[in-house]
Amino acid sequence: MDSEPLWEVFIRSKQGLEHKHVGSLHAADAKMAIENARDVYTRRMEGVSIWVVESKNIFATNPDEAESLFDPANDKIYRHPTFYNLPDELKYM
Amino acid sequence: MDSKTTNNPQNDLVSFSLFLADSSLIMGHRLSEWTGHGPMLEQDIAISNIALDLIGQARNFYQYSAKLNNEIYPGKNTTEDDLAYLRDANQFKNLLITELPNGDWSKTIGKIFFFSSWQFYFYQKLISSSDDQLAAIAEKSLKEVTYHNKWSSEWVIRLGDGTKESKKRTQNAIDDLWQYTGELFIATEFEINVEKCLCIDVRAIREDWLKKVKAVLKEATLHFPSEESWMQKGGKDGIHTEHLGFILAEMQFLQRAYPGLEW
Repeated sequence: MDSEPLWEVFIRSKQGLEHKHVGSLHAADAKMAIENARDVYTRRMEGVSIWVVESKNIFATNPDEAESLFDPANDKIYRHPTFYNLPDELKYM
Repeated sequence: MDSKTTNNPQNDLVSFSLFLADSSLIMGHRLSEWTGHGPMLEQDIAISNIALDLIGQARNFYQYSAKLNNEIYPGKNTTEDDLAYLRDANQFKNLLITELPNGDWSKTIGKIFFFSSWQFYFYQKLISSSDDQLAAIAEKSLKEVTYHNKWSSEWVIRLGDGTKESKKRTQNAIDDLWQYTGELFIATEFEINVEKCLCIDVRAIREDWLKKVKAVLKEATLHFPSEESWMQKGGKDGIHTEHLGFILAEMQFLQRAYPGLEW
């Protein structure tokens, strides 16, 4: 069954939260991928909703370009909203 | 239900509950043989999940059987484990289709498809029965069975309408298994006796079952076996194929060799 394509699985753990990537699996088509995802990734009440997308449809950044893409952010600490004085009354920030 | 004689109607209810327990347990045990041997990891887990669902259903029915049994014979203190591990083949009331060897993937799929379609309609009736405990078990089990039925139906369609090889194998599986589907709808004595108080007519379920099976086989481009063909029966009355003894030998070994052993 090596010919079956690979799928990426995204699960919403509860209503109101976003779908999160949990892993991948093999399946012949989308319908089977959903069922496989249900059987493999939601056995312990992990989810209330499942998305699957064929892995080949995901476009990813090239690791070779990681330096030019991500390193420049390293010294831009002013992009973090940490330079404000928060009033004492404001909690949970 | 106050009589303590052997004609106690509660005995029929025990038999009925055991029939459902045994069918789920033997089916579940058979399917568990696939664990670690599935055609691919995802299906290995899927079929193990189904096996566990069925063993869970069996536990509920065994616990209820034990409770009823203890009401008839106080002091015997029968437990669910006694019923599963210490009865012999001729006391088991499971449907014959559940004890058949798994065969190849298509045969296993065929077994789950026929069996889960039957459970699907049977539990729907059991939900509205007058026995609260059986109704509650049926309601919980129906959710699981609905998935087993959807999953196996899609596999029948996928294999039937698949390659030349998968079509041939699946048609053979359906034809081989067909003779074991008759007894699903032949009420045995204890069923007829409990039907009156539970209001379940097993023969009426047949129409729904046939409609479902025909629709799936048609979509799978498989031919439907004859409704008139000769059928095996006997499972519910303890008359089994040669396969059940081997299952019990393996399943019951530990409790037989080391009575009461726990881990």
